Amino acid sequence: MLLQAQNISVRLDGVEVLSDVSIGVEAGEIVTVLGPNGSGKSTLLRAVLGMLPLSSGQVRRADGLRLGYVPQKLAIDPSLRMTVRRFLSLPRRVSDAEAAQVLARVGMEAAGHRQIAALSGGQLQRVMLARALLGHPGLLVLDEPTQGLDQPGEAAFYTLIAEVRRDTGAGVLMVSHDLHVVMAASDRVICLNHHICCEGTPRVVSAAPEYRALFGLGTQGALALYQHRHDHSHDGTADHGAQGHDHHDHDHAGHIHHAG
Amino acid sequence: MITTTRGTSIMLDDFLIRAGLAGIGLSLATGPLGAFVLWRRMAYFGDATAHAAILGVALALATDLPVPLGTLVVALSMAVTVASLAAKGWAVDTTLGVLSHGALALGLVAISFVHGVHTSLESYLFGDILAVTPADLATIWGGAMAVLALLIWRWQALLTATLSADLARADGIDPDRERLILTLALALVVAVALKVVGALLIAAMLVIPAAAARALARGPEGMAALASALGAVACLLGLGLSLWQDTPAGPSMVAAATGIFALAALFGRLRRA
Repeated sequence: MLLQAQNISVRLDGVEVLSDVSIGVEAGEIVTVLGPNGSGKSTLLRAVLGMLPLSSGQVRRADGLRLGYVPQKLAIDPSLRMTVRRFLSLPRRVSDAEAAQVLARVGMEAAGHRQIAALSGGQLQRVMLARALLGHPGLLVLDEPTQGLDQPGEAAFYTLIAEVRRDTGAGVLMVSHDLHVVMAASDRVICLNHHICCEGTPRVVSAAPEYRALFGLGTQGALALYQHRHDHSHDGTADHGAQGHDHHDHDHAGHIHHAG
Repeated sequence: MITTTRGTSIMLDDFLIRAGLAGIGLSLATGPLGAFVLWRRMAYFGDATAHAAILGVALALATDLPVPLGTLVVALSMAVTVASLAAKGWAVDTTLGVLSHGALALGLVAISFVHGVHTSLESYLFGDILAVTPADLATIWGGAMAVLALLIWRWQALLTATLSADLARADGIDPDRERLILTLALALVVAVALKVVGALLIAAMLVIPAAAARALARGPEGMAALASALGAVACLLGLGLSLWQDTPAGPSMVAAATGIFALAALFGRLRRA
């Protein structure tokens, strides 16, 4: 296990945002946390990264684990002018050769001289990924990396993540609220709504009633598309419990109410 | 008023050189610090810290302590207070408004209790660069070099924390510590700048040269260095204006900086068009 969070709870302004959440990421594994807006996804990432105090539980990291973090966005003040090349040298200065190599890796060869503030959302995500890769991370943590990208852009980004995982063997923990594209790109999906509703392989999760309860309402079309494309050969929900995920026995209609 | 005898000419030259050196020394620190003040939107924070310096002057005079020490201590307490209140989620705008003007008013009231200071109150509000002594010069350069060294030492971490606190944390940098370092640097600059531009205009010398440099620079280091250079030019120009037209030196330097900002903004816009 690269990283393991055990029964963690987080309170923000007196509200329990996460309760009793346990997750783990193995080397070379892509784990995606899915959940509606306000379900505590980003809080979970920040908590396991040690950026937020836990009200209970604990987070363990493998010894000497190097983290590569790609935040959701960069709220950069317009008065701070900075080229992509300069950005890559933060906080550790890197050589021009290293910078060129990592920019090529993320498909941004020609961007070194461009201003960070002038990049599109997708370009900025790639540059932030490049910067994270410079630290040779054992675990990449990405917070909604494809927010604001169109569907081909999303698919291309997840392909890039899969390539990075293949080439470096790094584990990947990311957060998303999109369903189909990210599902196909993950080894394991965790469905979060303040607590873990269900977890397992994308196929298992997409068939789980908790997942459908959580996402079924507003996204019928997209879900139906996913089901149609990926689930018709599904061999039932027999492996639903075999993945060792938490199966809560309370009423899941309540989640929709909370999430709404 | 320049020369009647050889002797006064030399004396004039001496105080002019000291004044020029004081302005240049201060600019070396205000350039990079001013850049951070802009990047992190700390302009009002700078104002509050500078206004608190007047209270520091009153306390120093009442207790016979050196004035720079008094201003340093009070400016630092103010900066730390504001920073910790902001971290606790106080409305920063309101907090700064109350503390900034409260400290200024309290300082002015306190200073009126100290005998024989009424005549020099103006010099604390607007600076008295033409009266800089060799000892003042040593204080100004010592403080400015300390700030510059601090900023250069922490440069990479400060810049990372300024871009994103979360990014910094993931890289093992404590953004709260970096903010404390900037707070300390700000208090030091206020303490040494009091003699040069006075409490009311210290924030101006932080913000305006950096804002002018912003229009011309492409990267953070370029902006910081250019802000120092433009600040030094503004000091010398303001000094010249003050001698030529007998205007108050501190406000003249800020006026010169404002002129440089206007030119730089115009030039930056033309170049980008």
